[in-house]
Amino acid sequence: MLLIHCPYCDEQRAELEFAYAGEAHIARPDDPAAMSDEDWQYYLFVRANPRGRHHERWRHTHGCGRFFNAVRDTLSDKFEVTYKAGEPRR
Amino acid sequence: MSGFRLPQCGRIDRSRPVSFSFDGTVYQGYAGDTLASALLANGVMLLGRSFKYHRPRGVLGAGSEEPNALVSVTRGPGRFTPNLRATGVEIYGGLTASSQNRWPSLKTDLGAINDRLGMFLPAGFYNKTFMWPRSFWERLYEPAIRRMAGLGEAPTEIDPDHYGATYAHCDLLIVGAGPAGIDAALEASATSKRVILIDEQDEPGGGALADPALWPWLEESLKDLAAAPNITVLSRTTAFGYYHDNFIGAVERLTDHLPHPAAGLREKLWRIRAGEVILAQGAIERPLVFAGNDVPGVMLASAARTFLHRYGVAVGKRVALMAAHDSGWLDIFALARAGVAVAGIIDVRESVAAPLLTEAEQLGLTIHLGHSVIDVHGRLAVKGVTIARNNGAAAARLACDALLMAGGWTPSVHLWSHSKGSLAWRDELGAYVPDRANEQTRCVGACSGKWNFGSGLVLDALPTPRDPARIKAFVDFQNDVTARDIRLAVREGFKSIEHIKRYTTTGMATDQGKTSNLNGLQIASTALGLPVVDIGLTTFRPPYTPQTFGALAGHAKDALFQPTRKTTIDGWAEENGAVFELVAQWRRARYFPKAGEDMHAAVNRECRAVRASVGIFDASTLGKIEVVGPDAAEFLNRMYTNPWKALEPGRCRYGLLLKEDGFITDDGVSARLAPDRFHLTTTTGGAARVLNMMEDYLQTEWPDLNVWLTSTTEQWAVIALQGPLARKLLEPLVSGIDLSEQAFPHMAIREGTICGVPTRLFRVSFTGELGFEINVPAAYGRALWERLMADGAAYDITPYGTETMHVLRAEKGFIIVGQDTDGTVTPYDAGLDWAVGKKKPDFVGKRSLARPDIAAAGRKQLVGLLTDDPADVLEEGAQIVADPAQAIPMTMLGHVTSSYWSETLGRSIAFALVAGGQGRLGETLHIPMPDKVVTAKVSGMVFYDPAGARLNV
Repeated sequence: MLLIHCPYCDEQRAELEFAYAGEAHIARPDDPAAMSDEDWQYYLFVRANPRGRHHERWRHTHGCGRFFNAVRDTLSDKFEVTYKAGEPRR
Repeated sequence: MSGFRLPQCGRIDRSRPVSFSFDGTVYQGYAGDTLASALLANGVMLLGRSFKYHRPRGVLGAGSEEPNALVSVTRGPGRFTPNLRATGVEIYGGLTASSQNRWPSLKTDLGAINDRLGMFLPAGFYNKTFMWPRSFWERLYEPAIRRMAGLGEAPTEIDPDHYGATYAHCDLLIVGAGPAGIDAALEASATSKRVILIDEQDEPGGGALADPALWPWLEESLKDLAAAPNITVLSRTTAFGYYHDNFIGAVERLTDHLPHPAAGLREKLWRIRAGEVILAQGAIERPLVFAGNDVPGVMLASAARTFLHRYGVAVGKRVALMAAHDSGWLDIFALARAGVAVAGIIDVRESVAAPLLTEAEQLGLTIHLGHSVIDVHGRLAVKGVTIARNNGAAAARLACDALLMAGGWTPSVHLWSHSKGSLAWRDELGAYVPDRANEQTRCVGACSGKWNFGSGLVLDALPTPRDPARIKAFVDFQNDVTARDIRLAVREGFKSIEHIKRYTTTGMATDQGKTSNLNGLQIASTALGLPVVDIGLTTFRPPYTPQTFGALAGHAKDALFQPTRKTTIDGWAEENGAVFELVAQWRRARYFPKAGEDMHAAVNRECRAVRASVGIFDASTLGKIEVVGPDAAEFLNRMYTNPWKALEPGRCRYGLLLKEDGFITDDGVSARLAPDRFHLTTTTGGAARVLNMMEDYLQTEWPDLNVWLTSTTEQWAVIALQGPLARKLLEPLVSGIDLSEQAFPHMAIREGTICGVPTRLFRVSFTGELGFEINVPAAYGRALWERLMADGAAYDITPYGTETMHVLRAEKGFIIVGQDTDGTVTPYDAGLDWAVGKKKPDFVGKRSLARPDIAAAGRKQLVGLLTDDPADVLEEGAQIVADPAQAIPMTMLGHVTSSYWSETLGRSIAFALVAGGQGRLGETLHIPMPDKVVTAKVSGMVFYDPAGARLNV
């Protein structure tokens, strides 16, 4: 069970307090209506799935309830850093 | 009789004799014995039958590596445990154990015919042979094979034992209380670290328990550890898995070693988070590979030494040693010094270290260097061995009743591998040792490859002049895999050890190849002509040894498997005979049968009452979210398909929620209480999901919106009062609210009091009748319910459950998200075009509704279905076809999503998802069932009061 640092609580807590929430830094387009079907399809379905550094979202569901971002290595399963939603990509 | 108890040595308590039974025979041992040591002391060498060939098997090892001596233990009704290693079962008065995989008895096992047919049962035999005809596999081949091949029987009764669980945190966790682990703990005892030292055996000491010279040190060390306030020692505790971030799972066995019935928990699961982990798991001796290496009486040399020094048991009266490693010499010296006759030392090496030769000569032992055992005589027990020079010449026979194998050592890297630490091959050890750590962990002692047992020769199998294709030299004892099987796999083209393992099943038994993996690798390496490192390494995975389901489940079973959520009115429903169903985690009243009624009769009566007078329904489980803030209307406008900004305070609206992909995910009626405050409702099962989704958008997409979301599901009790007499019943109880149609129309909300309690009163209807949903603070739910029941008696008030609610809503064409939709249904598919705000520039899912596949013709759409025979009630889930005469497999147009007997209409009604359904109105479709084909006509979904005349009254 992973230990995850919540950047809002500033505490390292057990994974069972958290919920995974998919790839990070995929902002909802400002004007979806202006997008082509293909661009919209990419936004909806296509994800990076990298081998290595993965930017992803977690929610501290059973803690502060906040969504935040993290960089986790998909090979070693180790977190490099977690940071608040809205902060620039690390 | 081959084994016996020695007069003095051992750590057993000879003042406490213990009686136990094995296969119905009563034996005597001493406190401190394991089942294996006590049986050996009684001369019992035969403990089980092997998995595939039903070969007679004895004890190979003395600890958790034991692959052969698996037994079943019965501790009374429901307390049956199969596949326990006899070397780890502590005896107690009344222990009842039995052997496995034999019939009719251990000595006469008819399954042993497999051993004679062994030539015809090579690797992959079952897959190759029982291929045809295919249909015979499930019915004939597999059951027959399962009867023949196997381990212990699965328990058949419910386990009455209790299992505990705990979390623990420490700075340092040490796994293994052998000399290396104890040294690490002693070192840490001088620090302020919180330390846990765990060991799987009944007493700490590990290898030191088999070395009397270390006993004074051991006793002193354990005293020091006991006195250290920062050290916790857990015995009979197996660390079975090493997980992320130094999280270790361990099971402590509390009462299995005590006479039953024993008080307290059987086992306790420890979830330990450690700052640092020190692995001191030791090493396991390797068997040697030669013909007959599995005959009872052939065992690991180190095991014989353990039986001698720890249990005071000689494993034979005349013992021979087959060695490829120095350590075996030390073991046989120990036996010789204890007075056990030695038939000879056979060593495959041409020369060994001079001190060993000197000591052997002093003890008067015969030495055969450059020799190997090429055959073992005896079937149920060793009677002798044939040895030959390594070049095949000069065979000789030695009489003995036990043969020790010393094939070198394998570091126990199990937990290290769980932690994803890397391994490095060491040629001189013929083994992998820990290399780079992936967690805060290190290995000490023998499991790191450091030991003082001398050196040895690494080899795949002993040389033999016999045809290797005609002998059974076992590699994996538990799964009955021979060297021949592995060579065959290589000949058939398998090159990776991962494939060889799966094809031959070597290393795949319950012992995960503790004694077999490296021999298997060496044989594959020789057969392939490749170095071991080039053919890969299989990965150890948890658990280190098999654990009980009970320990892992703990109390999370039966009623405690998951929470049962109950409303404040649930108690009344229970007292009044409700039949319940689970909806998400909620327990909901399904119907309220009166004496003699079945569900059908009860639901019909409840339906009639709602339509004719008034029904009362506990709707408290509805998800509720309070949405507050200056941007609340803007937020809802973006989330839901409908427009919300123009909704006036005091009014309600049906909200439809899509995911960004355009498919319906939830719905519910919500009310605007004030310009900046909404009372949302969601489906019972969707409450948490919807709140999570809304939080996600609010926090991450639109953090500029000033809105607060609060779950209020459990704050409100909700009582639905539905039926033409609902207003009459309610009116006298309510103050501050004008209930008239003009002042309080359908789809409105008012705040006031009811029976003196504050209420949010909704005028809504999920039944098509005049209806109210009364929200009161949850604590008042039952009191209000009882008052309404009492006052409602004059109006024939009838409590109804979810089943009636379902029928009534279906009569009105209302869908249930999750029943009539399945995550692939858009608002257009569901006929809910009216709920989509087409003028809104954007909402969640809007862009997806214009995707080509969603706009395309022929999608499955929700429609009504009316069977031609009104008495036919369709089965939910039944498939729908256009032409029942077409060939199988038929083209299926869709399926029935909801289907009921409508008492109101005197006929069946149904909803279905049908391809192009909305264009098929009036068309006849067919629903093939096992006994007949039902025909039905496609209709609209509103079957009752389409104009809503009964609502707006």
